[in-house]
Amino acid sequence: MLSGIPLFPTQASTIASEVDNLYFFIVAVTAFFALLVVILVTIFAIKYRDDTGLKVGAPITGSIPLEIGWSLLPFVVAMAIFVWAATVYFHAVRPPDQTLEVYSTGKRWMWRFQHVDGQREINQLHIPVGRPIRVTFTSEDVLHDLYIPAFRVKADAIPGRYSSIWFTPTKTGEYHLFCAEYCGTRHSGMIGTVIVMEPDEYQAWLSGGGLTGPMSARGEQLFQQLACSTCHLSDGSGRGPSLAGVFGSQVTLQTGQKVLADESYVRESILTPQMKIVNGFQPIMPTFQGLVTEEQLLSLIEYLKTLSANPAAGQQASAGAPAAPAAAPQGERR
Amino acid sequence: MHADAHGHAHGHGHEHVHHPAHQHHFQTMEQQAEAATLGMWAFLVTEVMFFGGLLMAYLLYRVWYPEAWSEGSQELNIILGGFNTVVLIGSSLTMALAVRAAQTGWRKGTIVYLILTMLLGLTFLVVKVFEYKEKFDTGHVPGPNFHFEGPFEGAAEIFFSLYFGLTGLHALHMVIGFGILSVILWMAWKDKFSPEWYTPVELSGLYWHFVDIVWIFLFPLLYLVDRAHNVV
Amino acid sequence: MLATESPVNYLNVNTSVASWLFTKDHKRIAILYMVFVTLAFILGAIFAAGVRLELTTPEGDLVSADTYNKLFTMHGVAMVFFVLIPVVPAILGNFALPLMLGAKDVAFPKLNLLSWYVFVLGFTFTVVAMVTGGVDTGWTFYPPYSTDGSNSNVLLAGIGVFVTGFSSILTGLNFMVTIHRMRAPGLTWFRLPLFVWALYSTSLVMVLGTPVIAITVAMLAVERAFGLGFFDPRLGGDPVLFQHLFWFYSHPAVYIMILPPMGVISEVIACFSRKNVFGYSFVAFSSLAIAIFGFLVWAHHLFVAGISPYSALVFSFLTYAVAIPSAVKTFNWTATLYRGAIWLKAPMIWVFGFLGLFLVGGLTGLFTAALGVDIHIHDTYFVVAHFHYIMVGGAIMGYFAGLHYWWPKITGRMYSDTLAKLAALLVFVGFNLTFFPQFILGYLGMPRRYHMYPPEFQVLNVMSSGGAAVLGIGYLLPMIYFIWSLYRGEKAGANPWLATGLEWQTQSPPLPHNFPAQPVVTEGAYEYSKREIKVA
Repeated sequence: MLSGIPLFPTQASTIASEVDNLYFFIVAVTAFFALLVVILVTIFAIKYRDDTGLKVGAPITGSIPLEIGWSLLPFVVAMAIFVWAATVYFHAVRPPDQTLEVYSTGKRWMWRFQHVDGQREINQLHIPVGRPIRVTFTSEDVLHDLYIPAFRVKADAIPGRYSSIWFTPTKTGEYHLFCAEYCGTRHSGMIGTVIVMEPDEYQAWLSGGGLTGPMSARGEQLFQQLACSTCHLSDGSGRGPSLAGVFGSQVTLQTGQKVLADESYVRESILTPQMKIVNGFQPIMPTFQGLVTEEQLLSLIEYLKTLSANPAAGQQASAGAPAAPAAAPQGERR
Repeated sequence: MHADAHGHAHGHGHEHVHHPAHQHHFQTMEQQAEAATLGMWAFLVTEVMFFGGLLMAYLLYRVWYPEAWSEGSQELNIILGGFNTVVLIGSSLTMALAVRAAQTGWRKGTIVYLILTMLLGLTFLVVKVFEYKEKFDTGHVPGPNFHFEGPFEGAAEIFFSLYFGLTGLHALHMVIGFGILSVILWMAWKDKFSPEWYTPVELSGLYWHFVDIVWIFLFPLLYLVDRAHNVV
Repeated sequence: MLATESPVNYLNVNTSVASWLFTKDHKRIAILYMVFVTLAFILGAIFAAGVRLELTTPEGDLVSADTYNKLFTMHGVAMVFFVLIPVVPAILGNFALPLMLGAKDVAFPKLNLLSWYVFVLGFTFTVVAMVTGGVDTGWTFYPPYSTDGSNSNVLLAGIGVFVTGFSSILTGLNFMVTIHRMRAPGLTWFRLPLFVWALYSTSLVMVLGTPVIAITVAMLAVERAFGLGFFDPRLGGDPVLFQHLFWFYSHPAVYIMILPPMGVISEVIACFSRKNVFGYSFVAFSSLAIAIFGFLVWAHHLFVAGISPYSALVFSFLTYAVAIPSAVKTFNWTATLYRGAIWLKAPMIWVFGFLGLFLVGGLTGLFTAALGVDIHIHDTYFVVAHFHYIMVGGAIMGYFAGLHYWWPKITGRMYSDTLAKLAALLVFVGFNLTFFPQFILGYLGMPRRYHMYPPEFQVLNVMSSGGAAVLGIGYLLPMIYFIWSLYRGEKAGANPWLATGLEWQTQSPPLPHNFPAQPVVTEGAYEYSKREIKVA
């Protein structure tokens, strides 16, 4: 009768078991201290009971050794949990160098996914089992949050910024995907399914799907259409810097400051180009705010990633764009 | 614990006359004055936290958008702002003199200095009205009609939001202070203060000085960003 | 010797409406607060009932999505700002503090009355917001949704919260000055009852923290109303800045909610163990430590909101640090029972309820503070269960313990001990039935604020809703027997619990000015072992 009622979530990613092991440890600690106090209180309440109300208790006022003991012991236990949790956390927020990239935008009330090969999905995410996958995403309107319980990962989707989650699926199957930041009327409808497939099935799905070509090709198209190519000549002689090899590198600004050219940097450079001027160039780039959608921005980013192509970079599922450069952190503001 | 008999009975033939301002849950006037002063200081701490929220936002965005801060600040009238700063510091002087006058029982002096403080405060507010009007005319009021030349328009709107937020909140506190001083002025006119009791004047002085100090922070933070470098 | 009871007390000295509405008596002001806080509690409970009813089925079939969103928002707003924050300080604190200090009133009685009017004004704004369409942003009001997405009464509700904040500030200010300046002769800091230490620590938080939410809500309101840009990403603003400012207050706020009930627990445990609280100064200092450290942990609400991992590390560490003083208190309370003379009257049963529920609530904080686990459980029902265990299981149960303890002093009447114990039991059982399944739901991945949910979550949700019904009955009982006691309760006498404490050395209900003569204190707060037992 009870078999149909889930009491514990499936572990479907490599990080899931790490999180769960930590969880069980904390359950044990919690149960220990809770039982300790409950049992003691019960024993004392029975053993020292006086229903007349007229007796007085023993003249005990305290004990320094006890105070130190029961301050230090919980502190040590708490620190153990803290350190363990921090290592799991750093593992969860630092993707490995080679990941399969997926992009997403959340908007009220749906999740749109773009695969680098060009497939687009709404509220569904097809991915292969057994390899690290990073989803980079933003919001087009209010705060959302991309949450996949079976993988034990989530991050807020913040308008104006990129966030990312990464995971290595370990089991094929279908898993819930939820929006986990309240966003209005259909917040509880902003859900979907993650479909983890065997690699060959995933290949088949990829080739059967979107015929619009890889994201990077769309990005290249936009690069021409929006006339980026008129200033950003690839030989460096244009009014704007050449973009070959830029993505993932350290860029020196007019102010002397060096910044990492990650997804956020590219997005900012397109929407508010005056914020950071590359050393040796004039602040003449116009803004494209309102002229590109979030999805177009992601395609342009994918295109730029191909310009930083390292031929030895990890094989992707398709002939399309190579992997993102090393350890680009999720779009965080400085 | 036991109750003691040398309580404070009143009404029938007791030792000393109560000051009319003595509130009876206090045992002595000193206790009352100390409590009132402590209360006012605690209240001023809450005011620091109140302005603090806006100042935190200012801090974050200034670090993120130095150019917008620089350009926005140049658009503020440093002459009027500087004048207002002198006016407000002057009003703190007259306020302190008013407290001193009340403390020494000099009724006329208390009244004159209070009126001077209020006039200076009013001057400040009138100048602010002119400044705000100028901002309306140049389209620097955040909202649908905001317009700012140059590439930093978005961040400049945040700058001006903080400008209006901070100076507006400050001006509101000045208006409230003006109201408080009117009441104190009336009390001084009615000769309620003496060396034995001038706490309301003292506490109003504390409040007024606080409002002055806030402005002394706001003026450089808003008006003096990058002025050394820019020829505007 | 105890003073002979005078027929005049603060309740019957003048019964006109004007004498209540213009009172400066802290005891009457406490009762005025009690009326409105109870109203707010009933309102919040009705909204909660709506939420739990809808959640018995996976589909959103009882109310529309918008209505549901308003229900949980208004439940949160009513309970957080109009119940949990004021319930112990403004009711029990206002009533008992001057009595415990041997004073005639608080330092600023008129300001005290003003704080009540401000509270009523804020409550009115909020109720108007609720009945003229409601608010649907969640009690946390996050932008951009609250500035630029919601079509509900955000401004009105924001004004209500803003105004009510000043009530909290004024109360905290009043208590601080009262404790500093109006202690009876001989009442040194370390002779103070622990409830006073708790109120003092709470006042620090009220005074330092509340102004920040005030300015934050004000910034939100002007952004929504006038288009000023503070959090708008289209201008380059940062919606996460709002979260930092909001939680800078709202985390310490939860310590405003729990510190005074913890103080109540100390009082009741000492009385009904007939014993000094074990480790008095440790308990006193732990209140201060919680108040101060509580200001340093706010960003643990932002672990998945894009803060830097290094910053998350710091906040997680500090969050564990702030847990320690609470653990210390719990151990000290347990040790107080050791070799006590445990008198199992109703207030003590409520205390045991508190201990059981606060334990679970506090310990489950260990999960949410753990970075690796919080990624999974943030914004799920796990967090909902965690904070309800502390706020309802802890704070509200602590309030009821205090209400049952001081009711004879406040009203001069006794209530039915048996019914009161039954209520405690019902609340305890109902509470666990309601909220324990939510830990499981949360770890399974059910997000918060969901109007509809995947069908496999239904059984646990039904359990939770069933528990809520029991909980509701448990809360209904005190309303009945307390009101009954006003008409038919046996007269209490000055000290029905044979407790130490200045408040018990004067008649019940107390005189308008509390004591017939100024008390002088010569010993510590819980000197049960030194005393001869006097029957009142």
